[in-house]
Amino acid sequence: MHHGTFGYGRNHKDFVDLNQLGAIITKGTSLKPKQGNKPPRIAETSSGMMNCIGLENPGLEYFGAVDLPFLRQYDTKIIVNCFGGAEGTIENYVEICRQLNNMDVDGVEINLSCPNVKAGCLAYGTTYEGVKEITAACRKVLTSKPLIVKLTPNVTDITLPAKGAEDAGADAISLINTLTAMKIDIEKRRPILSINTGGLSGPAIKPIAVRMVYQAAHSAKIPVMGLGGIMTGEDVIEFMMAGATCVSVGSANLVDPKASVRIIEEVEDFMKSHGIDDINTIIDSVQMN
Amino acid sequence: MPIQADCKIVGKEKLTTGIYKFSIKSKEIAELAKPGNFLEIKVSDSLETFLRRPISIYNIDRENEVVEFIFQVKGKGTEILAERKIGEDLNILGPLGNGTFSVKHYKKVAIIGGGIGIYPLYELAKTLKENSEVNTYLGFRNKDLVTLEEEFEEVSDKLVMTTDDGSYREKGFAIEFLKEDCKAEKPEMIFACGPLPMLKAVQSFGIENEIPTELSLEERMGCGIGACVGCAVLTKNKDGEEKYKYVCQHGPVFNAKEVII
Repeated sequence: MHHGTFGYGRNHKDFVDLNQLGAIITKGTSLKPKQGNKPPRIAETSSGMMNCIGLENPGLEYFGAVDLPFLRQYDTKIIVNCFGGAEGTIENYVEICRQLNNMDVDGVEINLSCPNVKAGCLAYGTTYEGVKEITAACRKVLTSKPLIVKLTPNVTDITLPAKGAEDAGADAISLINTLTAMKIDIEKRRPILSINTGGLSGPAIKPIAVRMVYQAAHSAKIPVMGLGGIMTGEDVIEFMMAGATCVSVGSANLVDPKASVRIIEEVEDFMKSHGIDDINTIIDSVQMN
Repeated sequence: MPIQADCKIVGKEKLTTGIYKFSIKSKEIAELAKPGNFLEIKVSDSLETFLRRPISIYNIDRENEVVEFIFQVKGKGTEILAERKIGEDLNILGPLGNGTFSVKHYKKVAIIGGGIGIYPLYELAKTLKENSEVNTYLGFRNKDLVTLEEEFEEVSDKLVMTTDDGSYREKGFAIEFLKEDCKAEKPEMIFACGPLPMLKAVQSFGIENEIPTELSLEERMGCGIGACVGCAVLTKNKDGEEKYKYVCQHGPVFNAKEVII
């Protein structure tokens, strides 16, 4: 599985065989095209990076006309990550889910967690009630596709939004999105990113993600997709032991366009060397101290 | 189509304080590369630097299947890169950038560069020199930062070198000398790469004098292949509509009329 950093697959096709991926989760898509933030949008940190792209995307109509037919050439599942546009209203979430329900896609992931858009989605994503309300509204119109809710880690207790998604009828939850962070250029005494803060991703956030996946998987009963700093097959095993049913690769795709396929091979190597025949036996197999 | 490969470092040279030239062996990159392309280089396997470093191509030696790049040590990543040795492998994505310099037969062109922005202009001048009169204008802050004088001499019909403080060759900004020469005869095309104030000055000069101008830009980059859309640059189309494009995917070379910098 793969995430946001993969765009709509087009940029990576020269480097990886998209047929080998279980699924491609698209870049965050809104009903209308959305312009992102001013540059700089990227800052590097130790073991990771920050971004404030601002959910720039060409809109659902363009996606349906151009990117979807492209992706459909490949034998992989297409999951569309969507959000409620610049306004982030419930109505927008519902409308995009309504349209996606009738499109040739395999699943929908609603993004309740982008830290880089000013209004809207983040407010829903941090509470039990907020997640439940928006998930329920999307569920109502998304009758023929699986619904995944992507959660923000910028909360005190991840089990609350996780339960909110489950109680509203989500099929799965995915976590974590990026952590809100800041980097200062000490010569200029100014933050590097144009909107001052951005979302931290990469190996730097992996231990937090593993902890949150464990907590979410042990409070909600629906499947958990784990992500956050996965670079290797061993990282995948760790997430699955914590309770993730599947995983998604994000920032690694930016550094190594072949990361996704390499990671799958590394998981297979781990299974072979540890005598594991069925990957499902790893899920939630961690023994707590 | 760009490749990702481990490329052997076959040459390394310190040009001046903090500035290094590396030569890497890659048949594919040497064959595919065009003037203006860049490479995304993984400086080491350590996570100390997470992202690759985008560095423009300085010289393409197709005969020997060698590509050269020059960089200045500016932070952790380039510091680690400068420590890498001949014989070691560098993991490289390249050649990258769909927007490259427009190479064709011109009667006369002007190439203007400043500081570390002069490096991608060498391959351009070398390529254009075969069929065009090439006038090159290079600006540096001071004498200590001057590099590649002989190399540019060879690929230019006329070379003007300036320093801001007059510590070497002409005193002043390179663009002033370009402007002066344009009074006698306009070039068919201007190509520029350098610090933002220089690019802005070249952009307005080109537009005001109706000389087609291409600018090579840089921006903080994530992936280098257009996936993360991090390296945004604001552009406007003929109708004046503003839209972000991406330095790695649509550039790094842009038409001066198109970009808002």
